[in-house]
Amino acid sequence: MSGSWFLSGPAPREGAETGRAHIQRLGAPSLTGAALIEALERSGLRGRGGAGFPVSRKWRSVAERRGPRVVLANGAEGEPLSSKDRVLMRHRPHLVLDGAVLAASAVGARQVVLYIGREHFDAAEAMLRALAERPPRERRRFRVLRAPVGYVSGEETAAVHFVNRGIALPTSTPPRPFEAGVGGRPTLVQNVESLASVALIARLGDGWFRDHGTLLITVTGSVGRPGVFEVPLGTPLGEAVERSGGRSHAIQALLVGGYFGGWIGAGEAWNLPLHPDRLREAGRSLGCGVVAALPASACGVAATAGIAGYLAEQSVRQCGPCVFGLGAIAAALGRLADGWPEPHDLVRLERWSAELPGRGACRHPDGAAGLVRSALTVFDEDFRLHQARRGCMMDRRPVAAGAA
Amino acid sequence: MSSQVLWYTTRGAGAVSLVLLSAVACLGLLTRLRVRGQGWPSFLSAAVHQDLALVSLFFLLLHIVTAVVDPFTNLGIAAATVPFGSAYRTLWLGLGTLSFELGIAIGLTSLARRAIGVRAWRAVHWLAYACWPLAVLHGLGTGTDSHSAWLVGITVSCCSGVLICLVWRLASAPVDPLAGARAARLPAEGVR
Amino acid sequence: MGESSELVGRTRPGATPPRPRGAPPGFSLAFDRIRCDGRGYCAELLPEKVRLDEWGYPIATPGPVPQHLLDHARRAVSACPMLALRLVEAPSSR
Repeated sequence: MSGSWFLSGPAPREGAETGRAHIQRLGAPSLTGAALIEALERSGLRGRGGAGFPVSRKWRSVAERRGPRVVLANGAEGEPLSSKDRVLMRHRPHLVLDGAVLAASAVGARQVVLYIGREHFDAAEAMLRALAERPPRERRRFRVLRAPVGYVSGEETAAVHFVNRGIALPTSTPPRPFEAGVGGRPTLVQNVESLASVALIARLGDGWFRDHGTLLITVTGSVGRPGVFEVPLGTPLGEAVERSGGRSHAIQALLVGGYFGGWIGAGEAWNLPLHPDRLREAGRSLGCGVVAALPASACGVAATAGIAGYLAEQSVRQCGPCVFGLGAIAAALGRLADGWPEPHDLVRLERWSAELPGRGACRHPDGAAGLVRSALTVFDEDFRLHQARRGCMMDRRPVAAGAA
Repeated sequence: MSSQVLWYTTRGAGAVSLVLLSAVACLGLLTRLRVRGQGWPSFLSAAVHQDLALVSLFFLLLHIVTAVVDPFTNLGIAAATVPFGSAYRTLWLGLGTLSFELGIAIGLTSLARRAIGVRAWRAVHWLAYACWPLAVLHGLGTGTDSHSAWLVGITVSCCSGVLICLVWRLASAPVDPLAGARAARLPAEGVR
Repeated sequence: MGESSELVGRTRPGATPPRPRGAPPGFSLAFDRIRCDGRGYCAELLPEKVRLDEWGYPIATPGPVPQHLLDHARRAVSACPMLALRLVEAPSSR
């Protein structure tokens, strides 16, 4: 059993594995219902959408509600640096569908919503074809909706709001989706990679996952072969970079977790394991599994300014602290990057990013603040240089925004 | 109670109501304008607005009850409760009744705001822009004092105050701080 | 009571951390950030717990509302013109 489950196997001729080949390769799931939830708990599987919440706990919180329930398979993948979800859906749609069906029966949901990003054309096509191959009683339960392009459209309350009202705006909590979501019903919102992992655990057991489990990462930036890779849980970041063709240039820092994650200096990052629990212990976050390499020749301040500008623009403008706070942060970073900072820009950046978390309806401002704080730590010398208007000694090409 | 006392009370209470209602209107507009100063925190405009509204209601009820009860006026309950239901000065009295009932609606929805939510509350509150002018017209058209100096003086002062605040309100930019940011197209929009 | 741990930032379905037996419930401020319009009445009526950022939006100090301020907190809750403030049984404001 080699360590490649999501992306391995004979390369399917049209890009997506057929139902028959899928069953032939992996067999049918043996764990279902309550037994499956218990196995998920023992496995320690955490969600792969970004928040990293324990999957079994989420399932339980929906299962113990009353009335009709809904499963929402989240394939929106709003994070621009991430491609793993669309690649997964494109190549192994049946694995995702299996996970969704298993989730539905375990939490008692009759309805499953597939929420696929509007621009993921190949992925959506593969999922629809795979859906057509499923037995009618399964097919009947599914609805496919296309998520709008945008950073926040994959946020769980935004996804639910889109299904209910046609626009992906996050809503205030309580109630959370597990209490009242699609159509006011308890809704399980789960990332498609999490569902695919569930489908594997249902066949191979929690012991397998703890020892041989894998995860998908998107490696981008200054590496030889940027793309989506499947690596065993716990693989050190440095090794993941090597697997993607190694460094194309000397690397000064890695952005781990995407725009919602944070910068880690290359020296510290190299041995950090790609494992949600261990990263959490180290005060970091795996996020949605993006690893973006910043070359030593690039300016960390400029890269961060570019990301902050994007995040500020992507705010859905419902909450004052997010609109004004992110706007101010992006503006200050822009001025610092360009070499025309105001006297207190750096000090204000530190204060704004400390004041921002928890003051929006969703975690968008929190993610942005976390990114900025990590930048202020990792690139602190560059920031001080820029604030003192001593110019920038680096070439100012930002990290590529969008899958490389 | 002598009819004359009742009559004076009616007119006096009516005048006081008008003054208070005008102050309520001004404060409402100032609240909307987010006016604040050194000794005048924001919440005070809203709080005094609400408190004065209650006080004006008291004087309004006094005005109405003394008018109905007064044997001289021959007004029945119908006059006080059914707009344009009185035989005496049907139009002008009716405007007053209408104003009163709009005021009741506004007051009740304000008390129940937690239950009905901000949107419903705000929808009914718009009626305030009808409630106040109706009261002014009622005052000018109904009373036997309509042309006396004191009432005209009071009415003119009240109207000036409210009109100044109203013009200020119309002239100022939208008070919603996120209006400008939202004017740009939302990234979250998408067709189903 | 008065644990620093956040309800901020992570999904905690239904979780209300247990409080010591016999202790009165800890009440904290909860803001509906979408309804909030930055009017600032809360900061005026409860300055010990709420201050405003430079754009007029509330920042709550961590921890529950102290007993002696509960009446003021309730007044702030009812004064909020957008109905954006609530008092909830929780260890920390958010």
